[in-house]
Amino acid sequence: MSDSSPVIAADGRPLKASLNRALRRQKIRALLLIAPLLLFVLITFIAPIADMLFRSVENDIVSNTLPRTVVALDGWDAASGETPDEVIFAALAADLAEAVSAKRHTQLGTRLNYELSGMSSLFRKTGRGVKKLDMDAPLREQFLEIEEDWADPEIWNTIKANSSKYTAGYFLNAVDLQMGPDGIEARPENQRIYIMLFGRTIFLSVSITLSCFLLGYPIAFLLANLKARTSNILMILVLLPFWTSLLVRTSAWKVLLQQQGVINDTLVWIGLVADDNRLELINNQTGTIIAMTHILLPFMILPLYSVMKTIPITYVRAAKSLGATNWTTFWRVYFPQSVPGIGAGSILVFILAIGYYITPALVGGTSGTFISNRIAYHISSSLNWGLGAALGAILLALVLVLYGLYDKIVGIDNVKLG
Amino acid sequence: MNKLPPYATTGQRIWHYTFLLICALIFFFLIFPIMIIIPLSFNAQNFFTFTPEMLALDPAGYSTKHYSDFFGNADWQNALKNSFKIAPVATIISVTFGTLAAIGLSQSHVPFKGAIMAILISPMIVPLIISAAGMYFFYSRLGLQGTYIGVVLAHAVLGIPFVIITVTATLIGFDKSLTRASANMGAGPVRTFFKIQMPLILPGVISGGLFAFITSFDEVVVVLFVGSAGQKTLPWQMFIGMREQISPTILAVATLMVAISIVLLTTLEFLRRRSERLRGMSPG
Repeated sequence: MSDSSPVIAADGRPLKASLNRALRRQKIRALLLIAPLLLFVLITFIAPIADMLFRSVENDIVSNTLPRTVVALDGWDAASGETPDEVIFAALAADLAEAVSAKRHTQLGTRLNYELSGMSSLFRKTGRGVKKLDMDAPLREQFLEIEEDWADPEIWNTIKANSSKYTAGYFLNAVDLQMGPDGIEARPENQRIYIMLFGRTIFLSVSITLSCFLLGYPIAFLLANLKARTSNILMILVLLPFWTSLLVRTSAWKVLLQQQGVINDTLVWIGLVADDNRLELINNQTGTIIAMTHILLPFMILPLYSVMKTIPITYVRAAKSLGATNWTTFWRVYFPQSVPGIGAGSILVFILAIGYYITPALVGGTSGTFISNRIAYHISSSLNWGLGAALGAILLALVLVLYGLYDKIVGIDNVKLG
Repeated sequence: MNKLPPYATTGQRIWHYTFLLICALIFFFLIFPIMIIIPLSFNAQNFFTFTPEMLALDPAGYSTKHYSDFFGNADWQNALKNSFKIAPVATIISVTFGTLAAIGLSQSHVPFKGAIMAILISPMIVPLIISAAGMYFFYSRLGLQGTYIGVVLAHAVLGIPFVIITVTATLIGFDKSLTRASANMGAGPVRTFFKIQMPLILPGVISGGLFAFITSFDEVVVVLFVGSAGQKTLPWQMFIGMREQISPTILAVATLMVAISIVLLTTLEFLRRRSERLRGMSPG
């Protein structure tokens, strides 16, 4: 059969080629329809994320501001414990003179201050004295006169350690480590906060997911087993909070949980709590867990409900007719079939919880805040953008792993809304 | 939950009613915080709890002063105006691009479909604080940080996954022979799109648009970073109001926003039923 002539289409071309052409045209048309949006998302969303990842390792301020010093320091041995020689100080004087006229030395000081405290004031002070330097006299003594810290090898070590264009320093800092003279080491005890914050974020997210599951399962079960008319009406009670603004729900909890709020007032009125001993329900972890459970509960109920809807009632009947008790029927027959829904709902709630910012910021106080609050702090207050970006990159990696898991269990294509 | 059979034992009866009670309590937990702010927003005092006058249903305990504060205060009015300047434009951008792309994605042979889908859905997956941080860095490089255009673009991209998901779902049930029939009768692709395809997928497009609108209208994290004082939206103003001195005006704003959600929810439910009826999927 192989030597027979190919099937010819109406226009005289081989059918296979003709079909391929049609298919190619179809593909191009589909891609042309998608292209504008794809380009839009790439520019307005993917590029920003890539920029953030880049900033978490970018470190060109030292090599850009002090190019000559960086080259001169190449020959200096940090382990010797000696202050660098005249050549290096000359390079530093030339670099600083340029940096001061471009007003870049304070930025450099701020950047190096993240690595070693005192660098910021050192560069500000030296910047003021640089103009008076006599370039022909020995520079080393003149620098030491301005600020004697320049004799400290540790200062030079910090400059040398940050002279490469990229650094793992922000990532090390984000997991409470730092680059010491003999490699990676733990940060001083009083500076270790990020592992604790990541731990707290995960602990609170797990608690929220668990309480969402405990509250969501009975509701989903009820909704899935009621007559359609009744369950549609009760579904409104789930969908209304889902559609209500996040800030509205957070403000409602802020009002309810206050010491002078409705819940405490009611408890005092019933007599459960003494008036002078009102419960502290807000600005701590309790507040965060209560408010976020309420906010994320619909995200647990909806996937659970859609899975439970598909469990055939006949299985339950069969188990009962074979003599199983209500509990055995539920635990051995119904519950295992609802596990995919539990998985989907739990991962969804956990992904959403782990990156939350607004609610913890408003009801979490200091003990109920998440890692995202710290990221926001570094970006808008401390301006240590590299550290903020590194913390963000770690959080993003965590979410993407969970998302991959979600995709495996549920599939992105099966995401449903409402 | 089926009705209890007549032969149920006492234990089963007790469990049945206990279960219903538990469910009622959970429903109460879901709906109570939202409902409680409505009466509280009519408080005549600047308190966040019910005053004795309110509990006694004394008309003197109630007033609309927090509402008049909202409508009279320049900050709040400005925020409201900004929200309505940003959300519709962002919605139009996401619906236009999103619908076209969803139609492209629903064709039978799309190369790299999985990867494209993952990129388009990603704004919904990535935590908002990370999107906000990235956009802050990148938009400042482009000079878009702190501008109206920057905020609109950011909000548009956040709404896109919702448009893609809802429109793709509508297109799954779309009968392709209709467009072929239209082409057969001599209609061009543009005419076919507007006369045949568009009316049929319109419910999906509108509900995607509503999702995109509410995403922008509710969004606060990204606008906090990408926007500047000139783009202060309603949620932003609420966020500030709750952070600093919490004023009861927030409850009035919250009540108005609950009303908006109820309108949106009703519209969506109506659209969903209409679309299901059109496609003969449910008795409605």
